[in-house]
Amino acid sequence: MEPLKLFGSFVSGSVREVLSGSRGYYAWIALLVVMIVAGLVAYQNQAVHGLVTSNMRDQVSWGFYIGNLTFLVGVAAAAVVLVIPAYIYNWGPIRELVLIAELLSVAAIVMCILFVTVDVGRPLIIWHLAPVVGTPNFPFSMLIWDILVLNSYFLINYFIVTYLLFMAYTGRKYNAAFIMPVIFLSIPMAIAIHTVTAMLFMGISSRAFWHTAILAPRFLSSAFCSGPALLLLIFQILRRVGKIKIPDLALFKIGELLAYAMAANLFFLGVEVFTEFYGGTAHSIHARFQWFGIHGRADIAVYTWLALACNSLAFLCFVIPAFRNRLPILNVGCVLAVGGVFIEKGMGLLLPGMTPDALGEVYAYNPSLNEILVAVGIWGIGALLFTLMAKVAMAITVGKLRYSAS
Amino acid sequence: MSDRSQRRERKERGASRREFLKTTAVGMGALAGAPGAAKALDFDVETFLQKNFRRMSDEEIEELVGRLSERYSKAYGKTVSVDATGPIDGVVYGYGLDISRCIGCRRCVYACVEENNLSRDPQIHWIRVLEFEREAALRGIDLEDGNPYYDHDQVPAEDKFYLPVACQHCEDSPCTNVCPTGATWQEPDGIVVIDYDWCIGCRYCMAACPYGARHFNWGEPNVPAEEINPDMHLLGNRPRSRGVVEKCSFCIQRVRKGRYPACHEACPVGARKFGNMLDPESEIRYLMKHKRTFVLKSDLNTRPKFFYFYG
Repeated sequence: MEPLKLFGSFVSGSVREVLSGSRGYYAWIALLVVMIVAGLVAYQNQAVHGLVTSNMRDQVSWGFYIGNLTFLVGVAAAAVVLVIPAYIYNWGPIRELVLIAELLSVAAIVMCILFVTVDVGRPLIIWHLAPVVGTPNFPFSMLIWDILVLNSYFLINYFIVTYLLFMAYTGRKYNAAFIMPVIFLSIPMAIAIHTVTAMLFMGISSRAFWHTAILAPRFLSSAFCSGPALLLLIFQILRRVGKIKIPDLALFKIGELLAYAMAANLFFLGVEVFTEFYGGTAHSIHARFQWFGIHGRADIAVYTWLALACNSLAFLCFVIPAFRNRLPILNVGCVLAVGGVFIEKGMGLLLPGMTPDALGEVYAYNPSLNEILVAVGIWGIGALLFTLMAKVAMAITVGKLRYSAS
Repeated sequence: MSDRSQRRERKERGASRREFLKTTAVGMGALAGAPGAAKALDFDVETFLQKNFRRMSDEEIEELVGRLSERYSKAYGKTVSVDATGPIDGVVYGYGLDISRCIGCRRCVYACVEENNLSRDPQIHWIRVLEFEREAALRGIDLEDGNPYYDHDQVPAEDKFYLPVACQHCEDSPCTNVCPTGATWQEPDGIVVIDYDWCIGCRYCMAACPYGARHFNWGEPNVPAEEINPDMHLLGNRPRSRGVVEKCSFCIQRVRKGRYPACHEACPVGARKFGNMLDPESEIRYLMKHKRTFVLKSDLNTRPKFFYFYG
C-alpha cells in the first residue's frame, strides 16, 4: 500500500507542478496549444476528405509525414549519445543530463508514432497490426519490426525516467543493480530503432536509392548529430528558465561528440555520392535528381545543397576547439546541424528514393499546407509533452518537488 | 482503325464533363435520401470487426459475401452479386503481351476501368501504357524514357512503340512481403490479391512494388451507380473505400469462371494473351516457347507472371 500511496502523491505533485509556472511558461504552453489546435483542424480536414488533402500521390506515396518520422527516430537517439559517456565512461557532468535526454527520446518516439498514424489511410483499423486480434506479418514486414523496436525503446526510456524521478522524489537513492541493466539495454535499442527504420527503406530492392548498405550507418551518424545538437539547445533554455545547473564543460563535451558524429555523417555522404556518380548507372538517376534535378525539376536539389552547406558549416563549428568552446558559435552549429539533418533525413531521403517513380515518372512533390499544419500539430504535441515532463524532472532534480509525509 | 481511335479520343475528352454531371446527380440523389453510391462504402461496425479474409471460415466468407451483395444492391439500385469463387486446381495464370503488336490505343485501360469499377474521379487506372521512341530502345527499354501521358489524334504514332504495364503478379512479390498486416497475398493460382477491408493504407506495398502497379485511394472513390459492374469478386472488382490500396487482379471475377480478363477481350490487335501456365498445351505456353520473351526488371528476381513478347 505504501509504494502506491507514494506514487499517488508523486503523480499529484507532478500535476501541481505542471499547472503552475511563470508568465513565459504559460505563453509557451499557449503557443503549443495553438499549434496543436491548428494541427487538429488540419487533421480533421484530412479525416473528412482523405489523404487527397496531402500532395502525396501514387508516384510519391510517402512524403512529409514519413520524412518527419525518419528525422524524429534520429532525435530519439539523443539519449544514447549521452548515456554512453555518462554511464560507460562514468563522465560526471553529463550524468544529470541523461534524464532530460531520455525525456526528449520519449517525446520524439510519441511523435514518431503520431506521424505514422496520420500517414495511414485508415487509422481506425490500425489494430490489424497487433498480435492476437490482428495478423502482423512477422517476421517478414520490416514495418512490424519497426513498430516493435520503437515501442520497446519508448517503454524502456519511459520506465527509466519514471523510476529515477520517483526515487529522487521520495528522497531515496536509486538501486543501481536494478536500473543499470535497463539503462544499458537502452543502448542497443537506440541503435536498433535506427537500423530497423533504415532497413525499412533498405529492404526495398526496387528503389535503388534506398537499396544500399550505407543507409543504416548514415541513419546512425545523422541521428547522433541532430539529437545531441537539439539537446544542447534545450539544455541552455532549461538552465535559463529553471534552477537546474548545467556546467558549460558538459555542453562543450557534447560539442566534441558532435564533431565526431558530423565527421562520420559527412564521410558516409561522400562515400554514397562517389558510388552513385562514379559508376553512373541507370540507378543513379535518383542521385542525379537529388543533387541536380532532372527534367527541369530541381526543387529538391536546392534543399540538398542547403543541407550540405548546413552540415559542413556545423562541422566547422564543432571541430575547431576555439569555435565549439564558445557558446554562441556552438549554438549556431547546433541550429545548422538540426536543420541540415532535418532536410537530409526528411525530404532528402524520401523524395530521391521515390523520384522518378517505379515507371520512370517524375512527380515533383512538395508538402501541402494541410500536411504542414498536421506536422505542426504533432510537433506541438511533442513539445508540450517534453515541456511538461522536463518541468517535473527539473523540479524534482533541484529538490523543489519532494515527498513530505505531512 | 484511325477513325475508331479518333472516336475513342473524343469520347475520352467528353467523359469528364459527363462524369461530372452524373456525379452531381448521384450526389443530389443521396441528399434527397435516395440510395447513393457513397452510401455503399460506409465504414460500418460489421466491417470494422471483420477478420482477415484468410482467417475466415467458409461460413464466414459466405455470410460476408451475402452481406456485401445486399449492401451494394441497395446502394446502386441494381442486383449486385459478390462472390468469393476460389482458385481452380491445377491452374496458375500467366499473361503475355506482344509489344510488336500493341498500338497504344488504351482500349485495355478503359475496359479495365469499366470491368473493375475503378474510380472515375479521382481517376485510377490499373493499366498504364508507356510510349517510347523506337530509337530510344536502342539503349534497351529505360522506363524513364516512357511517356504515359501521350495524347495523339491517331495511334500508333510514327516511330513510337508502346508498353502497357499493370500488376505483374510476381512469384516472389515484394508487395506481399512488406505488407505489415498480411492484407495482401498470392493465391494458389498465382493471383496477388488484396483484402480491401483489412488494408490499413500504410502504402508500404506501393513503395516496394517495382512496377508502379499499386494505387491508393487518396480521396473518396467514385463510380456512377449506372456504370457499376454488378458481377463482383470479393478480392477483385468490388467497390473499394477511401484510404486503401488496389491493383489489377487478372480480373479474378472473370478468370476463375473460365473467362478472359477484360483487357484481353478489349485488345483490337490481339496483342494480349492469357492462359494456364501449368497446361503445356495452352496458348501462353506455346508463345513462351516460340516467341522471344522478356519480363520487366528481371534483375530484381521478382519472377513476374506477366511476359512481354516481341519479334
